Amino acid sequence: MTKKTTRRNLVTGIAASPYELWAVVFILVPLAFVAYYAFTDNSFRFTTANITRFFTATSSVAGEDGAGREVRTYLLISWRSLKLAAISTVVCLLLGYPLAYIISRASPKAQKTMMTLIMIPMWMNFLIRTYAWMTILQDTGILNNFLAGLHLGRVHIIGTETAVVIGMVYDYLPYMILPLYSIMAKMDHRLIEAARDLGCAPVGVLRRVILPLSMPGVVNGVTMVLIPSISTFYISQKLGDGMFFLLGDAIEGQYTANNLHFAAAIAFILMVALLAAMAVMRHLTSKYTYGGAAA
Amino acid sequence: MDKIIELRNITKSFDGEVVLDNISLDIYDNEFITLLGPSGCGKTTTLRLIGGFETPDSGDVLFMGQRINDVPPHKRNVNTVFQRYALFPHLNVFENVAFPLRERKVPREEIETRVEEMLAMVALKGFEHRSVTSLSGGQQQRVAIARALVGKPRVLLLDEPLAALDLKLRKDMQQELKNIQKATGITFIFVTHDQEEALSMSDTIVVMSEGRIQQIGSSQDVYNEPKNAFVADFIGESNIVDGIMLRDKSVSFSGHTFACVDGGFAPSEPVDVVVRPEDVDIVPAGKGMLQGTVTSVTFMGVHYEVIVDIGGFKWMIQTTDFVAEGEHIGLYIEPDAIHIMKKSEYSGLYGDYASFSNEFDELSDAESEGSE
Repeated sequence: MTKKTTRRNLVTGIAASPYELWAVVFILVPLAFVAYYAFTDNSFRFTTANITRFFTATSSVAGEDGAGREVRTYLLISWRSLKLAAISTVVCLLLGYPLAYIISRASPKAQKTMMTLIMIPMWMNFLIRTYAWMTILQDTGILNNFLAGLHLGRVHIIGTETAVVIGMVYDYLPYMILPLYSIMAKMDHRLIEAARDLGCAPVGVLRRVILPLSMPGVVNGVTMVLIPSISTFYISQKLGDGMFFLLGDAIEGQYTANNLHFAAAIAFILMVALLAAMAVMRHLTSKYTYGGAAA
Repeated sequence: MDKIIELRNITKSFDGEVVLDNISLDIYDNEFITLLGPSGCGKTTTLRLIGGFETPDSGDVLFMGQRINDVPPHKRNVNTVFQRYALFPHLNVFENVAFPLRERKVPREEIETRVEEMLAMVALKGFEHRSVTSLSGGQQQRVAIARALVGKPRVLLLDEPLAALDLKLRKDMQQELKNIQKATGITFIFVTHDQEEALSMSDTIVVMSEGRIQQIGSSQDVYNEPKNAFVADFIGESNIVDGIMLRDKSVSFSGHTFACVDGGFAPSEPVDVVVRPEDVDIVPAGKGMLQGTVTSVTFMGVHYEVIVDIGGFKWMIQTTDFVAEGEHIGLYIEPDAIHIMKKSEYSGLYGDYASFSNEFDELSDAESEGSE
């Protein structure tokens, strides 16, 4: 009797919650597969060799003096990925924050137009966007032709970290602007007037009211830019001329080499690291979530 | 008494729509002055001009004799209690009140004492570390008042501060605000569309309509001696009828000649005559000056509100004596109950209770609250 009731509850529970079902099928199961592959070898026996390999594999790179140097391959790649992702995120924040604020204070019609302009690039395939940037940044590309036309000399950008950062910022800037804009658009304008009334010059209003109130948007924006940019792969290959092998490239390379288990291990480690980083960030900024302002 | 704020010939439009039309107003130190009027009359814009959130298109704002048209809000010795309070949700009660002091780099011990003093004044001691979002409307209101007063401004601007509170709380806060104003000696400029609130709190009432000042005076002045039909109708209930001033102290309206106390009009000048509903006495039919038929009777608690049809014009009468619907009655009006006004652009718009209902009144109240 008891068993029957439990089973019926289970059945109705599943039927009544398509979202949970969706989450199980499309999120938990794939993640479980990633973990399963990460901890097994080619004959699907349990092993931690893939994980260990990530931390211990070495390779030789040419140092600045030209001599070969042994480095931990994947730790170096991780560091490089983190660095480029962090730079891109900071640049996105510095560009996106003022832009989001300006948009949120514009007339409703102007807001709509500006948001559409920001969204339009997202409708294009990201490979095409990356190729477009190649055309712009190449040594004989649009930018250099333009500079040469003005007799300003040429700049070498393609194949540098700068080119990779430009590509990532261009691709991920909308993900920074959207959460910032949505929180700033909800911000009560009277709070800004109140701060002015109570003696704040415009800089004080920004520091004491707008910044703290928009922190939930900053957290969301940083998360939404940092995570995809840390695992990006194609941009670095095309704009970095293959000079800046990133974690995403490593995963892609291992998959295409049919080395699924090690690819899964890299993805697994990256995921755990990101989850940990997100947890820390949420904890550090939890004091900024108030009055339903957090998205 | 010294003038603290002077508005001189101020005009202001938004998108081509004139909101303030040549307004001039003197505000004196230590007074409780109320800007009263319906939605869209320009009262909030006037307040925002004084606060520094708007600049006049023409005319001047003077603060203690100095022109401050272009002085930004943070440099004015004026603070505002905003409609719906505008408390900072990321700061607790203490930090909200301390906000202006921190901006001025006041020493920490002094901040402590001054914030505590303010919280004591608004009866919020012990709430220092509460989040402002957890407070009731009345408590949030008190925090807003404490925050606006802690910096010791010369003038406090209050923009419909009580509109969001329920009736009982509103009455208590009216008294409390009045006490705070007396205790601090700060000039209060209070904006409301609620005429009862204005009458009970103010030293001076400025009645506004359509971007113009209609009348400035004490509560008694604007109630007893309204300048035109708009003021008479907006403040309290009024029967406003067309009359002819025969000569000083004699006026004819509704087919009868009355003795009155006003004078100074041209002989046979057309005028608006105001009679307050509580000033009309009901007498048996055939007696009194006017005869009419009762068309509706509403019990209001303290009195009955009686609508009487007198030759097609509906009068409102407030009486403690019961009369029945359909009854024929006589009306008696004392000479000093009759107030004579010059004809104005508002003549004929107000003062007939033909379409009167309480429900309609409340509807238009709620509207004006929302749109300003």
